[in-house]
Amino acid sequence: MTSRDRPDHRGYFGPYGGKFVPETLMSALSELEEAYNEARGDADFQREFQELCREYIGRPTPLYHAQQLSAKIGGATILLKREDLAHTGAHKINNAVGQGLLAKRMGKRRIIAETGAGQHGVAVAAACAKLGLNAIIYMGEEDIQRQSPNVHRMKLMGAEVRPVSSGSRTLKDAINEALRDWVTNVHDTYYLLGSVVGPHPYPMMVRDFQSIIGEETKEQVLAIYRRLPNYLIACVGGGSNAIGLFHPFFNEAQVKFIGVEAAGRGLGTNQHAATLAAGKRGVLHGTKSYLLADDSGQIRETHSIAPGLDYPGVGPEHSYYKDSGRATYVAVTDAQALEGFELLSQTEGIIPAMEPAHAIYYAAKLAADLSRDQLIVINLSGRGDKDLDIVRKLAGAEP
Amino acid sequence: MSHITQVFRPNYKALIAYLTVGYPDIATTEKAAITLAGSGVDIIELGIPFSDPLADGATIQKASHQALEQGITPEVCLEVARKLHQKITTPLVFMTYYNPVLNFGLEAFCRSCVEAGASGLIIPDLPPEEGEELEVATQKHHLDLIYLLAPTSTEERIATVAKRSRGFIYLVSLTGVTGARQNLPAELEDFVRRVRQKASQPLCVGFGVSSPEQARRIARIADGVIVGSHLIRLIEEDATLSSLRNFTLSLREALDG
Repeated sequence: MTSRDRPDHRGYFGPYGGKFVPETLMSALSELEEAYNEARGDADFQREFQELCREYIGRPTPLYHAQQLSAKIGGATILLKREDLAHTGAHKINNAVGQGLLAKRMGKRRIIAETGAGQHGVAVAAACAKLGLNAIIYMGEEDIQRQSPNVHRMKLMGAEVRPVSSGSRTLKDAINEALRDWVTNVHDTYYLLGSVVGPHPYPMMVRDFQSIIGEETKEQVLAIYRRLPNYLIACVGGGSNAIGLFHPFFNEAQVKFIGVEAAGRGLGTNQHAATLAAGKRGVLHGTKSYLLADDSGQIRETHSIAPGLDYPGVGPEHSYYKDSGRATYVAVTDAQALEGFELLSQTEGIIPAMEPAHAIYYAAKLAADLSRDQLIVINLSGRGDKDLDIVRKLAGAEP
Repeated sequence: MSHITQVFRPNYKALIAYLTVGYPDIATTEKAAITLAGSGVDIIELGIPFSDPLADGATIQKASHQALEQGITPEVCLEVARKLHQKITTPLVFMTYYNPVLNFGLEAFCRSCVEAGASGLIIPDLPPEEGEELEVATQKHHLDLIYLLAPTSTEERIATVAKRSRGFIYLVSLTGVTGARQNLPAELEDFVRRVRQKASQPLCVGFGVSSPEQARRIARIADGVIVGSHLIRLIEEDATLSSLRNFTLSLREALDG
């Protein structure tokens, strides 16, 4: 089976995926799947998407040789895929524009979305402003507090931000609320899900829109180095930036995939979000995948310094990659991510978002033990301006 | 014939009532169930609380959350059913989300349900497409797996559920989450009629029901009425449970009238 054959017609990647949603949404999911399959094969749709990627998002994003960083570590050659330079400052915009176009094509003008770090929310707000759609963004109260610059951005672009006060008041609860809204307003509403999670066809569709990251990377690395990279490294919350980078390399078995999850305050505590490293199989938000749950199957509250990784589930395709051994998943703590954050800021003058700072930390450790001819690509999935408050508070808290 | 299907007979309308187990506490759940059994309720749905109840509105979300905070687990819910089964003859049905069931183990969960005296299962996030494994386990243990239909269900989906739902079919009255509503949608009659054309099972309508008038309207077209969130509120408001009792009696009267 090649990567293009997955998921199967029921939305499964091996034993993971599917559609575990209330009956009310089943027809809407079928309608979405049909519309997406049509759009996928429509040259006009693809042309419009490519054009927006170029003119609006600013693609292709550079594949940047981090010379200072590589030199400081003294090991492998480190390349950064600069998704932080995409419009709105993160890879999320690729999917937001893609699905925004699809919603418009389906005649749905009321767009709902969830957001954790606020990056997906900002991307949806931008795409909706650009495409003439109305955006309503669900965001946990805790995330609203810790990512306030993004809340302002969303509002400035005309989106309505609805605070979510249930549960842990983070991404998981924002998804619950968005799904409840969709169940209620399914006739005229498009749910613009931001990661490779949720019921089929979302994990497939979001992957496809994000695959532009890996496709460009492949072209760029072959053009400069005349060979494929040895490692692809990306952070994994729901897993959209990682799948976007990995997927186009699926059949290149010599290219190793490493997903970096959030170990929060440590895997030994309950305060982490390392779903693949420490979770078990189950069903959350419409999909069967690994998740973090207690002995009774209740979903656990998670913790990460990076709001975009602070999620107890993960995309079903990652679960499939884990079991099949195609990708390796590791976890990096808050403190280590902060080191990665500072390391890149100081060596390259690039302030990464706290999410990819996890990948940077891990890549730097790995690179130290490798030779210079080894190529590592890190997906620098977003920029760090949104995280300055978090970092400032941590610095202030130190003795 | 299952305990559930025995409830439905010609010229009789069933009343089905939902309780979140452990809200506000286990003693109240047990007392409330006994009250319901004595005030015209034909089937009691026992809700096993789940951390992420995405088909539920504010009332049941809050009840589930508080029940979980008190340490209510599927095992505790099974124990409550076991006790109730010794005291009342009203059929008991568990309602919960798929993850706690999957976590328990499908086979083990079905066996435990039957041992506890339960007759059926309702899992709102398990559509028939994903339900085959649980169907096998429920049928082996003679439990009814009750599927749901919604106003958005296509003819094809109605046919599938008509083929596979056991006990009865749960018709979701509106597009939305659970919770008391002033009005039910105007299209309700059409929806029930569409399902009736394809299904031979009893049809029970739930979501939004909060008054005898609504129950009467449903009774004209369906075989049963399901009420949940409004009961939770009555339990909250009146710990003596006489409001609960009076309200269910008024529903019974509406259905019989």
